[in-house]
Amino acid sequence: MGVIERYRLRLERKKFLLRAYRKGRELRAVQDRTDRIRPGDILLFSTLRNEKVRLPWFLQYYRDLGVRHFLMVDNNSDDGGAEYLAAQPDVSLWWTDRSYKKSRYGVDWLNRLQRRHGVGHWCLVVDVDEFLVYPFCDSRPLGALCEWLDASAIKSFGAMLLDMYPKGPLDAQPYAEGQDPLEIVCWFDPANYTISQNPTYGNLWIQGGPRARVFFPGNPGRAPALNKIPLVKWDARYVYTSSTHMLLPRGLNRVYDEWGGEKASGCLLHAKFLNTFADKSAEELKRRQHYAGGREYEVYAERLKANPDLWCNWSERYINWRQLEILGLMSKGNWA
Amino acid sequence: MNLGLIMLVHTALHRAEQVVRYWARNDCPVVIHVDRRVPKAQYDRLVAALAPLPQVRFCRRHACDWGTWSLVAAMQEAATLMLRDFPEVNHVYAASGSCLPLRPASDLKAYLAKRPMTDFIESVTTADVAWTVGGIDFERFLLHFPFSWRSQRFLFDTWVAIQRRLGLRRRIPPGIMPHLGSQWWCLSRATLSAILQDPRRAEYERYFRRVWIPDESYFQTLVRLHSARIESRSLTLAKFDFQGKPHTFYDDHLQLLRRSDCFMARKIWPRADRLYGHFLLREGGEKGQAEPQPGKIDRLFSKATELRTRGRPGLYMQSRFPRHGFENGITAAPFSVFEGFSELFEDFEIWLGKYLGTRVHGHLFSPKRVEFAGGAAVFNGAISDSAATRDYNPERFLTNLIWATRGERQCFQFGPRDNQAIAWLMARDPNAQISVITGAWAIPLSRSSRDFAEIRREAAAAQKTETDHLEILRRQDTKARVRIWNLAEFVANPMEPLQTILDEIVPARPRRLTEAPRMVDLDGFADFLQKLRNEGMQPTLMGDYPPPEQHAAPAAQAAQKPYLVR
Repeated sequence: MGVIERYRLRLERKKFLLRAYRKGRELRAVQDRTDRIRPGDILLFSTLRNEKVRLPWFLQYYRDLGVRHFLMVDNNSDDGGAEYLAAQPDVSLWWTDRSYKKSRYGVDWLNRLQRRHGVGHWCLVVDVDEFLVYPFCDSRPLGALCEWLDASAIKSFGAMLLDMYPKGPLDAQPYAEGQDPLEIVCWFDPANYTISQNPTYGNLWIQGGPRARVFFPGNPGRAPALNKIPLVKWDARYVYTSSTHMLLPRGLNRVYDEWGGEKASGCLLHAKFLNTFADKSAEELKRRQHYAGGREYEVYAERLKANPDLWCNWSERYINWRQLEILGLMSKGNWA
Repeated sequence: MNLGLIMLVHTALHRAEQVVRYWARNDCPVVIHVDRRVPKAQYDRLVAALAPLPQVRFCRRHACDWGTWSLVAAMQEAATLMLRDFPEVNHVYAASGSCLPLRPASDLKAYLAKRPMTDFIESVTTADVAWTVGGIDFERFLLHFPFSWRSQRFLFDTWVAIQRRLGLRRRIPPGIMPHLGSQWWCLSRATLSAILQDPRRAEYERYFRRVWIPDESYFQTLVRLHSARIESRSLTLAKFDFQGKPHTFYDDHLQLLRRSDCFMARKIWPRADRLYGHFLLREGGEKGQAEPQPGKIDRLFSKATELRTRGRPGLYMQSRFPRHGFENGITAAPFSVFEGFSELFEDFEIWLGKYLGTRVHGHLFSPKRVEFAGGAAVFNGAISDSAATRDYNPERFLTNLIWATRGERQCFQFGPRDNQAIAWLMARDPNAQISVITGAWAIPLSRSSRDFAEIRREAAAAQKTETDHLEILRRQDTKARVRIWNLAEFVANPMEPLQTILDEIVPARPRRLTEAPRMVDLDGFADFLQKLRNEGMQPTLMGDYPPPEQHAAPAAQAAQKPYLVR
C-alpha cells in the first residue's frame, strides 16, 4: 500500500465525515437523553422504519446484554414505534423523513450520531432484526467482552450476519410483539459461506447462507454481503463506509487473523425472515430505498410469490453460541 | 504463628475491601498499598470502611507503573510495616486487589504451618523461562531502562538500541545471580526481614531501580541469598496469554477454580459476583493438605492460545482467513479424488461407496451441476448443487464441503470436463489423495454417436486440459499424494493399483478386494484411437494402447481376469 493510496483513503474518510456532518442536519431530536450517558457505557445505534412489533424484544435483549443507552433514528415511521421508543428511559430518538437511500442506508446519520455521542465508548451498530451473539454471551455480559477487548488493545469486533429462518413457509407462524423471534426463526445454514478479501479496505467479503442458496443460486455474486463489524471502540476519526460491513481507517477491518490463528468473533443472528417479511419486502420494493435500487427486494418479491421454504435437510437448529463456535461460524479466539 | 498479607490495590476498591474483610475475619493481618493515582475520595472511603478492623493497615502510597521500580517500593513499604506491626506473622503473602482466595484460610495457614521455613517464590534464571515478552531476556539485567515500556515506547526502544549499539553494559552487583519469577510470592518472616535488612540493600536497590520489570526479579533474586529453603513456585494461580497479559477469571470458571485446589487466583473480573460470593462467603470446604492442581486450568488456557495462534485446520471464516501458505491445514480432513475411474468402470461410485461404506460423489466440479452423492440438491452444511454458486468460489466450495463433513471421508470424481480452477488447491494439499488414469476420458467419447469432427474437437480439448492438469500434479511443490497411470497400463493390471488406493483410505481393513468393479466394454476403443490418429490428432495420454490388430488381447484379458488377484 503506497503513500498515494493511503492518502486517497484518508481523503475518502474525510469525505465521509463531512458527508455525515451534512446529512446529520437532516435529523431532528425527538427525545434527547444523551446527558444520561456515563463514561464507559456501552451504546447502541440503530436506524429503523415501521418496526414497532420488533422493538420490545429488541430493547430487552440488548438491555440484558448490558447496553446502557440506545440512540435511534426513526425514518418517518407511522406505526407508533417512535412514540414507543420516545417513552423508554434509556432511548434517545431522532426523527427524519429524508431519504434513507441518500443517507447511504442510514450510515451517514449514524456516523454523525456516533461522532457526537459515541467517542470513547464501545458502540454497537445493529438493525432491530439483528441479535448479537458472542463467546460466553450466556454467562458474561457485553461489558466483560469490551473490557477484554480493551485489555487486548483490540478496537473492533467482527460478527457475521447469520440469516435465521423458520421451517416451512415464512408466513406459517405469526410473530407476536415481545416474543423472542428465535422461537420461530431458529434454523440456519451451517457451512455454505464463501469468503474473499477486499484488497483496498482489507475487510473480508462473506456471502452465502439461505439467501444465496434460495434466492440467488444462479447469480451468487449478487447475494448480499454478510460480513459485519458492529462493535467498535469509537473514535472521532472513525467512519463506517458501507453499512457496518467496513470502516475507515482500514486497520479496523482486520477482525481476522491471516497467519492461521483465529481471532475472537461473534454472530449477528438475523431474524429477518418472520411472517412480516413479505409485507416488508413489498413495501421496500415500492419505496426503492434499498441497496442497488432494491434489486435484492425485487428478487425476494419474485420468489415470495411461490411462498418458499428456506429450510432444507441440512439446516441446523440454533442452540447456543457454543454450537456456532463448534461449527466454525464464530470463534473464542484466546478469550477463555 | 500466623499468615499476613500485603495487598497492592489500584482499581475495583470495593472488591479489594471484600477480600480484606475475608482475611481479617480469618485473623490474618493485611497491609494495603493503594496506588497514589487512586482519587483521594475513593481512598478515604476505603480507609474509613476498614477502620474498625484492628488487623488492617495502610502503608505509604507510591504511584505505580507497570514494569517499574515503584511496584517493588510499594511491596517493600508494605512488607516493612507488616513485619513491624505484626510480630506473630510468620509468612507474608504478596497479593493484588484482584486476587481471590480459593480455599479456606485455615487450609492455607495449615499448609504453611507445616512448612514454617519454606519460601514459596517462583525464582528461575532467564535461560530457563519461556515467557519473557518483548525479546529482552538477560539484557533486562544488563541495560538501563529509564523509560516506560507502555507510555514511552519509542524512547524505550531507541534507548535499548543505542545501548546495544554502543555495547553499554551495567555491572551486576557482585554476589548476586539474577533470577526471575511471578511477583505473587509467599515468604517466611526470616527470609523477608533478611532481604529488607540486608546491609547491602542500598546497593541492590540502586541496581534494580534501572532493571526492566524489577517486580519480577528483585525479591526473586535476593531470596537466593537469604532463603534456607525455596519452593520455586507461586501459590497464586496466574496465567498469561500469548500477549503476556494475565487471563481473567469469570463466573463460568467457578467449577474449574473450585477443583483446582489452588490457594489463590488472579485475576478475577471485578463483576464476577458468583466467584466472589462463592469463595468469600461459603462455610467449610476445607481440603486439608491437598496440593494445588492447576493442570485443568493450564490446559484450558493453553488451548485458547493455540486456537488464537494456530486455529482449526481447514477452517475459513470471518475471523480466520489465512494467507496463502499459512493455512496450517488447507482442508480439514483427508479426501480422495478419482480421475478416469468412473469412465473406466461401470457404476464405480456405487461400488466404491459399498466397499468403503460411505457416500461417494460424482463429478463435484461438473459444468452442469454439482453431482453430490445420490443426486442430492443440497448437501452437508447446506451446500447447494448450483454450479454457478460453486464456480463463484470453487476453493471455498471444496474447503467448506470437507469442513462440513468432518468424520466422513469425501471421495469424488474429477476430469478434464470439470472446472479446473480447483486443481491448484488440491495439488498443494497434503490431505488430497489424487489417483489419475490418464486418457480414460476418451472412453465415453469412443462410444458416442455424435458427429466425429465434433468428437475429435472435444478429444483434443480434453487432452490439452488433462495435460495441463498433470503438469500441476507433477510439480516439485505438490503436496498431495498423487498416483498417475496411463490407461494402457491400468487396464493391463487394474487390481493392484486399486488395492493400493483403497488400503490407503482404510488402512486397518483386513479384507482384500473380492468383488472388483466391472470394467466397461473396451471393444472398439483401439479403433477409436486409430481413427483420431487418422484425423490428425495424436492421443498421447492413453499410453501404449495396442493398435487395433492386437487390441483384443488386453481387453479380453481384462474381462477374463480373475478378480481375486492373489
